[in-house]
Amino acid sequence: MGTLAEEIFSYRLGRPVVAGDTVVVDVDHVMSHDTTTPLAIKAFRKLTQQNNGRVFDQKRAHIVFDHIIPAATIQAATLHREVRDFAREQEIPILQEGICHQVMPEKGFVLPGSIIVGADSHSCTYGAFGAFGTGMGSTDIGVAYATGRSWFRVPETINVHITGELPPGVFAKDISLEIVRRLGVDGANYRALEYTGEVIENFSMSERMTFSNMAIEMGGKAGLIAADATTQAWLRGRTDKDYPLLRAHNPHYEQIIEIDVSHMKPLVACPPDVNIVHPAEEVEDIKIDQVFLGTCTNGRLDDLEIAANILRGRTISPDLRMVVIPASREIYLEAMRRGYLEIFAAAGASVGTPGCGPCIGRHFGVLAPGERAMTTMNRNFTGRMGDPTAEIYLGSPATVAATALTGHITDPRSVLFTENLV
Amino acid sequence: MGRIWKVGDNINTDLIIPGRYNVTTDHAQLAKYCLYEAYPEFSQGVQPGDILMGGHNFGCGSSREHAPTAILANHVKVVIARSFARIFYRNAVNIGLPVLVCEEAVLNSEDGHQLEVDLTSGQISNITTGKKFQSEPLDPFVARIVAAGGIINYIEANNGQLIY
Ligand code: SF4
Repeated sequence: MGTLAEEIFSYRLGRPVVAGDTVVVDVDHVMSHDTTTPLAIKAFRKLTQQNNGRVFDQKRAHIVFDHIIPAATIQAATLHREVRDFAREQEIPILQEGICHQVMPEKGFVLPGSIIVGADSHSCTYGAFGAFGTGMGSTDIGVAYATGRSWFRVPETINVHITGELPPGVFAKDISLEIVRRLGVDGANYRALEYTGEVIENFSMSERMTFSNMAIEMGGKAGLIAADATTQAWLRGRTDKDYPLLRAHNPHYEQIIEIDVSHMKPLVACPPDVNIVHPAEEVEDIKIDQVFLGTCTNGRLDDLEIAANILRGRTISPDLRMVVIPASREIYLEAMRRGYLEIFAAAGASVGTPGCGPCIGRHFGVLAPGERAMTTMNRNFTGRMGDPTAEIYLGSPATVAATALTGHITDPRSVLFTENLV
Repeated sequence: MGRIWKVGDNINTDLIIPGRYNVTTDHAQLAKYCLYEAYPEFSQGVQPGDILMGGHNFGCGSSREHAPTAILANHVKVVIARSFARIFYRNAVNIGLPVLVCEEAVLNSEDGHQLEVDLTSGQISNITTGKKFQSEPLDPFVARIVAAGGIINYIEANNGQLIY
């Protein structure tokens, strides 16, 4: 009986627990990536005597190279080598085929009802599958690598209930920005978000992942969506394991937020905080130097498809450059087969290999002082994409593609409606 | 007894240890650059046993463990705040940096006051003003990790097992 978060922990422990309880549980999977693994190794090493120097289970410990891949500097390459040596020693394969939060589900590691900890704050993305995924610091992850366990305070839950009919030109990303605008950047601190309602039920797994991904932008510990037939269909062929379809039962939510999307407009989050949200049509005079389509928020096939439909047969504005990075190799290959990558390249975009790309400002499209980027990222923090005086704007793939055509922030409805693309 | 260094609301992990200075795990380096740009007088004047006092949402931002490590490396006795961001709180507990939530102490203490803190009972006495405060009790499990001096010590004391 309880919220989805309470149901997941109760299921795992075999006894009912409620928000506020502190528990120690076996975790299903542990993940770290190229930039967080080195510190996790340090914590892990401190515990090795008790654990024969081995990770708790090689099949449930995962290292993903995605943040600076391929290595952009000698320093990064050296760091990678250190992690590769550790992975070889521990006999853990290194996954280097895309962003951790995309690859983990694709590999079938993220199953409904499971508990997953990752040394990356966007590990909450796994909530889209009804899994309790959460981000932690390196000591926690080192401990989990050694013991297979972690401690949790079962969180209170804020329910976001989304109803109505989605207007053309408005996408999952726009609704996600609206939620951050309403809750604020710490509105869900220590809490789980649980997304419900007909809009969520009708959304694809990709769209659900956009929601769960952005839970941390409100301080959320998890961004949960109950698994259903859509989840099962997505997982078919990716796992042969059984999993429970847990959902909330008579939940007590700390807060309920109702959103009717029927009259929503495309939105843009302006720097330097994700809750500074304006309708795209009101910020159209802002000139843009770089657009970026990708990341764990919006680098999936449907995101690329939306942008490809807008850019087909067109060229981007000569005033800016465009970077496109599919979130994983699986998406990259399918986008290639469908001709999307060709559309982007022909339009004048740089198409990169799967990974985080310029999302953390380390390579493949950093910003000069004072430059502005319109991106599908989840964060617009000062300095994240390069120089601290550069500015980052966030929006949907459609808004980013429309902006690529004009050179300034553009409400995608102007393009979508005139071209009959919807 | 230690001096209070008082800071504001929403002190994020970038202010505690700017990204440019956290490309190291060296404690002396981290200590030096702790709050370096936002509160330069802190990094210059802090003494072992001093108290760092924050407002709401202390430690928000990234999951970088360099932030509590930088504070601990200055031998700060305890961080007292009105509230903490989740990952910072957890990281602090894990590495053995004591953290207490006490709204009243923050509202009734000023930068430079002398404070006595009993970490076991959560009793806080402002020596300068003579006022006493009681911090919010720690979760019992968190209290055990704190008493052990961090999660690694806690696990070692339990034969390598993480148990409740
Ligand atoms: S794409 Fe960006 S937000 Fe996502 S994991 Fe990579 S760096 Fe983090």
